[in-house]
Amino acid sequence: MSRSGRGGPLGRAGVPGRRRSLGGAAAAAVLASTLTACGGGPGDPSVLTWYINPDSGGQAEIAQRCTEAADGAYSIEVAQLPRESSQQREQLIRRLAANDESIDLMSLDPPYIPEFAEAGFLAPVPEDVAERVTEDVVESAVEGSTWDGEVVAVPFWANTQLLWYRQSVAEEAGLDFSQPVTWEQLVEASAATDTLLGAQGIRAEALTVWVNALIESAGGSIITDKAEDPENIELGLASEAAVSAAEVIQLVAESGVAGPAFSTAGEDASVVGFESDDGGFMVNWPFVWPRALSAVEAGTLDPSVPEDYGWTIYPRVNPDEPAAPPYGGINLGIGAFSPAPELAFEAAECIVSDENQAYYFITNGNPASSIPVYDDPAVLEVFPQAPVIRESLEMAAPRPQTVYYNEISGSIQRTYHPPSSVTPGVTGEQAAELIRAVLAGEQLL
Amino acid sequence: MTTTTLPPREKTQPVSAPHGTISDRSRAERRLGWLLAGPAFFVMLAVTAYPILQAVYESLFSYRLTDPANRDFIGLSNYGVILTDPLWWQALGVTLFITVVTVFVELILGFALALVMAKALRSIRPVVRAAILIPYAVITVVSALAWQFAFDINTGFVNSWFAWLPGVGTDTDWFGGTWSALLVICLAEIWKTTPFISLLLLAGLAQVPDVLQEAAKVDGATWWQRMWKVTIPNMKAAIMVALLFRTLDAFRIFDSIFIMTAGANGTESVSFLAYRQTIARLEIGLGSAVSVLLFLAVVIIALGFIKGFKVDLAQARGDR
Repeated sequence: MSRSGRGGPLGRAGVPGRRRSLGGAAAAAVLASTLTACGGGPGDPSVLTWYINPDSGGQAEIAQRCTEAADGAYSIEVAQLPRESSQQREQLIRRLAANDESIDLMSLDPPYIPEFAEAGFLAPVPEDVAERVTEDVVESAVEGSTWDGEVVAVPFWANTQLLWYRQSVAEEAGLDFSQPVTWEQLVEASAATDTLLGAQGIRAEALTVWVNALIESAGGSIITDKAEDPENIELGLASEAAVSAAEVIQLVAESGVAGPAFSTAGEDASVVGFESDDGGFMVNWPFVWPRALSAVEAGTLDPSVPEDYGWTIYPRVNPDEPAAPPYGGINLGIGAFSPAPELAFEAAECIVSDENQAYYFITNGNPASSIPVYDDPAVLEVFPQAPVIRESLEMAAPRPQTVYYNEISGSIQRTYHPPSSVTPGVTGEQAAELIRAVLAGEQLL
Repeated sequence: MTTTTLPPREKTQPVSAPHGTISDRSRAERRLGWLLAGPAFFVMLAVTAYPILQAVYESLFSYRLTDPANRDFIGLSNYGVILTDPLWWQALGVTLFITVVTVFVELILGFALALVMAKALRSIRPVVRAAILIPYAVITVVSALAWQFAFDINTGFVNSWFAWLPGVGTDTDWFGGTWSALLVICLAEIWKTTPFISLLLLAGLAQVPDVLQEAAKVDGATWWQRMWKVTIPNMKAAIMVALLFRTLDAFRIFDSIFIMTAGANGTESVSFLAYRQTIARLEIGLGSAVSVLLFLAVVIIALGFIKGFKVDLAQARGDR
């Protein structure tokens, strides 16, 4: 899931409505105009529409900057999608299934990219563009933009979860964060200091993010063989790695260190707990840093709280195996039905320029996918975490890349929720069985 | 039990018109009737009958929106999948539970509010009516968010205000358990839609003839006797119509669940299941089948009310 800061100004699609009045009964005319108003008009092809996820206004500003830089060749208008990434997908897919020509550019959450690509909703990326937009880009973002061996989207910004800790609590617990730590150590430290360990146990995409990161960190994968036929997809949910992951979930849920509302805690709830007096440790996206700084500015948070923040790489499952932190972010897809794909690719290259990525990182807290941005002194000044974020992005593992991601994620959410019900060796197999039945069309989800 | 209602009045039958043939005048009237009602009739066909028929048709296919090339006719197997899945029966159970609980509580509360509205002092009557109607004017999603914030463990005030109640503490996670989550969902629904039912009941109350009340009073009937023997029997039609509308509405509950739990912890309703298959999974065939089953359930409820309780929709409007 892309966690993308607070809601920005509401953009609106500039879809010109066409009214046609039919002679005769007034009611029929009302009906007809309602139907045609949905169609939209072709308009001027050099006016590109970029469907964006809600942010703190950064994408609208970048659109403005690229419009100016294009010097009349094209202009970009933004249209805002719903807040949740699952709902962004639903809206885009419904529109694209109806061959919506108004979608030139879209901000896509990486797990859904294979589904869009396989359905033919993404315009093919020209080879020279693909080469340019993947140069000097973190590995996980390139992987997230690739399907079936081809680059199908343009990497924009790349997100990853860090392990956040309160330095005072770490000191009290005697935990050394210059060395990699494990989940077990964190649970022990939280319990010993009576502080919260923030993780996401809510039945939502955040839970899949956590389960996937744990399985990947333990050396496994949710999907071991991504076959084209849904019935031949091989799952790694009964593997040893999946059992280790389930053990961590069980440990966190049963120890009570994740708070009384763990089964309904998403990223926002985790950060509320972390900012409170009980805050100790938390895995979360980097948005928590600008959030804390702006809360200090607004006077709702004591300045000593963010000063106490520490950050490092995601915790390990096995002490001797490096962690595989979650990967998220946004990549740009070009609509397959766009009347001007060449212009859209040109605009996409402008949007993802290092300058714009740095601007987006600094102002909206969304980390860049381009490596050189991490050396920008302006970025380092605002985001002291930048080097850790970059390192984490190199280690990060994407969520399962499959056309059926929604089914896989939904099944995982259903079986691994509530986290207190997770039983190592049982839950994984149940999830695998549910995924098999759902993909075979034998069960509802 | 004896009840007091006005004796049914026979309608005057026309005696001059010959049976069997239609006069020019009534033929013209019929034509005018069709001309007046026709546009509305066709709009209704286009916006209700057409989608229903299309859903029935598509429910017979295995059809994924992103993969139209592989659309297969599979007959009734979507229905087989749904009806053999415990998830469907669980969702149906949750939906029935919410329907029965909310409609029952709303009927009692709504009746009390209708009495208040009917009897309130003339000077404050408009204020009382407006105050009671406000929740109904709130958008369901907004009301669901407000209730969610109130009960949320981080942002809510309920836990600290009601900590004196047994079982409630600062650590109570209302949305973490099936029953506590359903309780909040039901409370939000009741708060929001009681005004609707009380409005319909108020209309019913206004129909009870004052002469009957006065006669009962003169005969020495107590307030309670007048309520049970005069008021309620005379507004039976209004009560049944209010119940019918609310039951149909409650059975299709979606917004509150979507906002508060997103179906977690066993709080999924039938509408939510239809949404998940059709919109989230893009399985148009399977989702249509769920929608058709939901539609059938609603039809059965409506028929059950109309046939079982002899609800006469025309009577409630005071046509007869």
